[in-house]
Amino acid sequence: MRPDVQDQIISIIAREAVLEPAEVHPDMTLDELGLDSLGLVEMIFAIEEAFNISVPFNANEPSQSDFDISSVGAIVRAVERMIAGPAPAAA
Amino acid sequence: MRRVVITGAGTVNALAQDVPGTFAAMAEGRCGIGTLNFPDVERLSVQIGAQVQGWQPEAHFERGKLAFYDLFTQFALVAAAQAMAQAGLPGAPGDPTRWGCVMGTAGGGNGTVNDAFRTVFAEGKNRVHPFTVPRLMNNAACSHISMGYGLQGPSFSVATACSSSNHAIGLAFQMIRAGMADGMLAGGSESMLNFGGLKAWEGLRVMSTDGCRPFSADRNGMVQGEGAGVFVLEDYDHARARGAEILAEINGFAMTSDAGDIVMPSPEGAARAIRGALNDAGLSPDQVGYINAHGTGTAANDRTEVAAIRQVFGPAADRVMVSSTKAMHGHCIGGTGAVELLACLLALREGVIAPTINHRADDPDCDLDVVPNVARQARVDAVLSNAFAFGGLNAVLALARV
Repeated sequence: MRPDVQDQIISIIAREAVLEPAEVHPDMTLDELGLDSLGLVEMIFAIEEAFNISVPFNANEPSQSDFDISSVGAIVRAVERMIAGPAPAAA
Repeated sequence: MRRVVITGAGTVNALAQDVPGTFAAMAEGRCGIGTLNFPDVERLSVQIGAQVQGWQPEAHFERGKLAFYDLFTQFALVAAAQAMAQAGLPGAPGDPTRWGCVMGTAGGGNGTVNDAFRTVFAEGKNRVHPFTVPRLMNNAACSHISMGYGLQGPSFSVATACSSSNHAIGLAFQMIRAGMADGMLAGGSESMLNFGGLKAWEGLRVMSTDGCRPFSADRNGMVQGEGAGVFVLEDYDHARARGAEILAEINGFAMTSDAGDIVMPSPEGAARAIRGALNDAGLSPDQVGYINAHGTGTAANDRTEVAAIRQVFGPAADRVMVSSTKAMHGHCIGGTGAVELLACLLALREGVIAPTINHRADDPDCDLDVVPNVARQARVDAVLSNAFAFGGLNAVLALARV
């Protein structure tokens, strides 16, 4: 993981969860952080704005999304992949 | 207390630009949802909706007047004209101070706002059309209807998001029943299928990109529509005395507030509204043959609504037919209850229960008879129409065959 990306995301999540960044760890789930569905939507918006990316996410089917939100670390990895751009298409 | 009946109905929506066409589409289970068409639509992540097609304002209005009419007012005026024609009324009959108008809308002249903002922000111009304010105000449709028919009694607009129409119709019903008015035009209108309007909705991430599938296990969100429904409501004796054809009776209404969450619905608040409408109408659950559901197709609404119906109806929940017509005409937001009231009239008058189309898989959390995909013939004597708004404001109407 890139520490700068991770720090930035943790600070966004901490703000939404009304916690100190030091209290947010990569292995934590959003449930453990007490983020409700609106908090989640706001968090994704803040991530999109911070990294200038577009996150595919439908609140009706959060688990169907390509964007893995199962933990803080999963979110960091998903954002890193998006910043790196789409994987080269198979020939 | 006086009895209140419907003697005229009118509509413009994506299925048709009149009531007979809408009835036919609902009976066929036709879908009015398609690719949206307006400037900058390619910048939206959701590009489908139930847009009124082939709308020709010049066919309905003089150019001088059109300058004052946002699309939501145009839809409302055309629907009101149809309703008044069916009721056989050129204007308010008798004392015009005893007739009024209540219209629901959430966005009002949202398209006018979008155009004006585009002009000053995107195009960098420094002036907007001089009638921008009278076009965009929420009460514009109500005011133009009252002007058109000389309705001089209580008239106002109601904005309770997705419950606006049901609140409007319910309040008009209560005013006639209480003797405050002899007749009312009531309904709702909405038109926010424009770039700014839908961009705002996109942010909530509750919209589907591929279709509206209420109560289906694979539903993934709501789809926006637009349109209007307007009804002539009259005191029963007044309608009888002038020989009007009675389409149905409105015999119950209840409104409640969840006082809970700004977007998440509560089964308790919805259940209190359903129970309240039944009590107001003096109906038991066994007597209700059909419920027009709010049925938005979101994960949260449909599950909550089914729980609320089960809570109130008990064992009768397994016998009542429940459908969401939003899969056909989209979610017309502040106008949706008025468009959906047509499905109630279709059930009471023609014995046709409009289906919930796009049903692909049963959801154990939505295990009611949702009249999947195909309309059904059934005689029903009493029906309910549910509306549950963002902000937790619920409004349920009860109607009966006369």
